[in-house]
Amino acid sequence: MTVPVHLRQDETFVLNLGPQHPATHGVLRVKLTMDGEYVVKAEPVLGYIHRMHEKMAEEGTFVQFFPNTARMDYLHALAFNHGWALVVEKAAGIEVPERAEYIRVITVELNRIASHLLWWAAFLLDLGGFTPLLYAFDDREKIIDLLERITGSRLTYSYMRFGGVYNDIDDEFIAGTRDFIKRLRGRMPRLYHDLVTHNIILIKRIKDIGLVSAEQCRRYGATGPVARGSGINYDIRKNEPYSVYPEFDFEVPVFNEGDSMARYMVRMHEMEQSMRIIEQALDKLPGGPVMGKAPKVLKPEAGYYYSAVETARGSLGHRLVCDGGKNPYKLKLRSPTFCNLSLFGEVAEGMLLADALAFMGSLDLVIPEIDR
Amino acid sequence: MLEKTLVALVELFPEPASAAAPAGEGTQEAPLREAGVVATGFAKHGSHLDVLCRPDQVVAVAQIMDREGYFLEAISGVDWLDMQQFEILYDYNRLGGEHCRVLVRTRVPRREPVVPTVSHVFPAADWHERETFDFYGVQFQDHPNLIRILLPEDADFHPLRKDFKP
Amino acid sequence: METSMWRALLYLVGIMAFAGVNAAWLGWCERKGAARIQRRIGPCEAGFAGLMQPLADGLKLMSKQLLVPQGVDGIIFRVAPVLAMIPAITSMAVIPFSENIGARAMELSVLLLFALASIGMIAILLGGWASGNKYAIISAARGVSQNLAYEIPMLLTVITVVLISGSMNLREIALTQQGGFWHWNIFRLENGHFLTMWISFIIFFICSVAETNRAPFDMAEAESELVAGFMTEYGSMGFGLFMMGEYLNIVVGACLTATLFLGGWDCPFGLTPGVWWFLIKIYILIFTFIWIRWTYPRTQIYRLLNLSWKILIPFSLANLLVTAALIKVF
Repeated sequence: MTVPVHLRQDETFVLNLGPQHPATHGVLRVKLTMDGEYVVKAEPVLGYIHRMHEKMAEEGTFVQFFPNTARMDYLHALAFNHGWALVVEKAAGIEVPERAEYIRVITVELNRIASHLLWWAAFLLDLGGFTPLLYAFDDREKIIDLLERITGSRLTYSYMRFGGVYNDIDDEFIAGTRDFIKRLRGRMPRLYHDLVTHNIILIKRIKDIGLVSAEQCRRYGATGPVARGSGINYDIRKNEPYSVYPEFDFEVPVFNEGDSMARYMVRMHEMEQSMRIIEQALDKLPGGPVMGKAPKVLKPEAGYYYSAVETARGSLGHRLVCDGGKNPYKLKLRSPTFCNLSLFGEVAEGMLLADALAFMGSLDLVIPEIDR
Repeated sequence: MLEKTLVALVELFPEPASAAAPAGEGTQEAPLREAGVVATGFAKHGSHLDVLCRPDQVVAVAQIMDREGYFLEAISGVDWLDMQQFEILYDYNRLGGEHCRVLVRTRVPRREPVVPTVSHVFPAADWHERETFDFYGVQFQDHPNLIRILLPEDADFHPLRKDFKP
Repeated sequence: METSMWRALLYLVGIMAFAGVNAAWLGWCERKGAARIQRRIGPCEAGFAGLMQPLADGLKLMSKQLLVPQGVDGIIFRVAPVLAMIPAITSMAVIPFSENIGARAMELSVLLLFALASIGMIAILLGGWASGNKYAIISAARGVSQNLAYEIPMLLTVITVVLISGSMNLREIALTQQGGFWHWNIFRLENGHFLTMWISFIIFFICSVAETNRAPFDMAEAESELVAGFMTEYGSMGFGLFMMGEYLNIVVGACLTATLFLGGWDCPFGLTPGVWWFLIKIYILIFTFIWIRWTYPRTQIYRLLNLSWKILIPFSLANLLVTAALIKVF
């Protein structure tokens, strides 16, 4: 319910949705100027978890940056791994064997499902439904167990290397993944959709809240489920395919309403599509090596390189400037949530506080990714 | 799309540019080419067009891109210490339709890095320019709110400069 | 004189014990219920099946320092939690646990209960305002507007029960429902009242959930938006008293529902009435409160108020008119 608000100078107060707050997913501070329960002005203040990853990239070699990639968006760390591997492989001209590409896709899509599950859980927690958190984490635990067997980490994966992945997958992983997909498909209709998606309180709470138009998305550079919930059909896996995504048959869910309900439905459908991709990838998995030829000390040709991958939050871009040395000369990480959050100031004006928080939850923010 | 954008952008540059970008240009070794638009190999470089323009042409380029339906993906800065220049990189992309990525570059002297802002054309530039100012100290003229975004407000250093010692 | 004094003392101790045990062990019930709904186990370490958990929590809360932040209104800050507990315990004095067990059977017990509920509402307002914290003030304002809005349909539905039973005395109301579940007010098969009584029951139940600030109507203590709402600045026993007051309000709400609509201490088949049926009924209702809390997300403040002002009040008014007409006709 967005209503234009008359600002009477002496009647507004500043509410600090401080860095420590249960609803800001990470350390985000939002300075809200409030008129009673209505938000008059919203100003996100960033930088509370800024660790200067871009300088760290310049100080170390290319391969030393892999652990950093996982620490930014810890929920979809494998996609960040993938993006970094892609840009450097482009720059240095390294070939990746097919089995490694398939393994990359399988693990990235599993991670995407895990990320969306956690988003779902945290979103509902913000809205006051405490139970779905536990149901989602039950499924997420299965994914994390699977990925831990092959990568060694539960959350911050440094699984990929230039030229492939460092560890092969085994039959137990494949069988476990198939079991997991069967289990999640069985649980989805009752536990996720009947209990939550069709719940009248939830529907009333997020329908028509946080309307973002397609033009706003374009002007602010919002991508991912935020743009797809506003009717923009843009998914890097389809529009600018990389790795082996052209081999798979999957759909890109697009909803036109632009409200929080649309973004919610986009992510729920994306989980199903990710499961489809994983199934097809497991069926088509070729044999062969998982690591291509890469020089020990990587010195890509000097120039300007860009690569984009689709993470759970949007289009992640790596802008790499090389000068022929063994360190990157400059790395800029175009974080999807950084651009998604810049919408917040404009869209949240005139909303109720509870609605503003529901809108923030539907944007799927991970603050370490914004602050890098 | 590529040709349409190329034609639209070439209007800004009356002198003809060289046909292809020499490898490793703009770095310490190779000399800078003249301002202009060249096509780059998408598979290797990740962008279809590479535009090198003067700082005062940045807003005109942004307006052309806006008219053609692009969106501003990112703004980055590069510190070329040996040539005493900052380079500002603008990445443009299309949301849907035919795919085309354009990289726009501009160079400013290191002592006085001043670039006009594009935030009135693309509001996304607001935060990206604040970040570039934060990390490099590049001043964006007419920016509505040019304060630090990621570092503490009272920091007096610009960390991504090559001569920055912590 | 002597007997009545002993009797009064016995009731005092009994009610304090009942209130204390319920307030503490309802916390255990809630945590176990929540856990099972969420496919977890819940407290299981402290004592057998975690039954000593409330004692452990109480001990922890009592041993903490009662922090009084600078800038709060000293007296009101300290008085507010106590004020939240008092109405809940006092309400127990008029509830009839059985035909012969009940501290006082006052002629106007219904009125007394609602007057005491309003005092509980003031306690929230005072607690929120005295904290001097913007979150607390917002939460207190929400709490007051919510409680106010939901008291009205509650009272209207209770009036229908009073009209049918002919008395405001809770013991009398329960006595008119004896003899089997077909006599209970929720069914009330004579005189055509079965058309309206179940509506009264539903409205009354929704209003009790809202009055006690339970999810999905827990705007006043919306954890993820307002940290802990009006309780943000309270630590140790201040917080403990607010929580105990909330649980006791739930107990009082359940007792009231059982007495007004479910026949009080009556057995469903009219066989052996007694206090154990009363206790079974209130615990089933309390379990329903817990079940609802952990299943649904929170509503928005204006939808909450819309539900009350635009839906429940017209329905309960219509209900009242129909009930009065039926009494007149039959």
